[in-house]
Amino acid sequence: MYAVTADSEDPLTGRLTGVGGGQLRAARAAGLTAIVGDVSEAEFGEFTLRSNLEDLDWVERTARAHHAVIKAVAEQCPVVPMRLATVYASDRGVVQTLRQRAGDLRVALARITARSEWGVKAYAAEPTDLGPAPGRPAGDQASPAIGPGAAYLQRRRAQLTADKDARRSAMASAQAVYAELCRLAVSARLYPPQSPDLAGRRAPMVLNAAYLVPDERAGEFAAAVTDLGASARSVRLILTGPWPAYSFVGGNDAAIRDEGA
Amino acid sequence: MTSGTVANVASAEPGIAGGAGLGGSPEPANLGDILERVLDKGLVIAGDIRVNLLDIELLTIKLRLVIASLDTAKEVGIDWWQDDPWLSAQASERARRRELDSSRERELQDENRRLRRRVQALESGSSDGG
Repeated sequence: MYAVTADSEDPLTGRLTGVGGGQLRAARAAGLTAIVGDVSEAEFGEFTLRSNLEDLDWVERTARAHHAVIKAVAEQCPVVPMRLATVYASDRGVVQTLRQRAGDLRVALARITARSEWGVKAYAAEPTDLGPAPGRPAGDQASPAIGPGAAYLQRRRAQLTADKDARRSAMASAQAVYAELCRLAVSARLYPPQSPDLAGRRAPMVLNAAYLVPDERAGEFAAAVTDLGASARSVRLILTGPWPAYSFVGGNDAAIRDEGA
Repeated sequence: MTSGTVANVASAEPGIAGGAGLGGSPEPANLGDILERVLDKGLVIAGDIRVNLLDIELLTIKLRLVIASLDTAKEVGIDWWQDDPWLSAQASERARRRELDSSRERELQDENRRLRRRVQALESGSSDGG
């Protein structure tokens, strides 16, 4: 099960393929439509799923396919994304879930209709490399008291202090950016910074936020990110989106600043 | 790469609302962005596969994804996002384990020293050994 939309929508399910390449279809109940597709029991059975989820390659493949479906549907109509690997033995289970959770699902749908999720990440400056020792000027005016080892340590210490200051200032900028963008959003959520391996960058991430932005304000929001990126000297901003509203359909509300509802 | 120009802002995943083209070239969707959304967010509804079992497995993956960044974050004092109860629980668990590990190590070292002393005493005490 990938996502849920309103019953009135017809999100081209026949034309989309899901995880594992199978065709998608709709299961309807309680005025709602679930986008579902078959997956093999060999991959998604209780025990194989368990080990597959430990396999990062499998997870990446499956997550990308899951996301591709939700994104395609979200381009057609408002959609509540399901977490990866929400698996039922048959459509009967899906229909039953739609009936049981109809209230929650409608609230979630109403909340994200005509709104999109935007991601904003901020990176601090990359840690500086310690360059080669500066060439001794001819005539050697450097103090003879400082040997090359001590000079190295001195430079290293200065560099570490500079890096720390840079990060501190990056953090302050990140918080300011977060707060400023909150004013344009209906709701916001903070993710922990991604590890450099995952983000594919060496620079430390100092902000990883998701915002729920009304579609008519999307342009204003993007412009605000551009402006903030231009004025914040200690961070580099990356805008991603629009995303299906993954971060705003339920679950952990602890970190959500919201207008209510 | 720190200077503040418009090219500082890159838009990834150009899509529906036409928000792309902010300057800078679009980036492919970062795996981390996708994983944190499809694994952690999205509506969590119990499927026929029991969710409590799934949760355990997802935690393992989450661990791998975030732990590296947690330590970096702590180091530079970024902890204002740490009101995520899951993350705080993991962090304190890790701290607890590290403490346990180091106290076990101390115990082992002590035991090692005691045994060495006994061996020495035995070796010097009896000539034909045992």
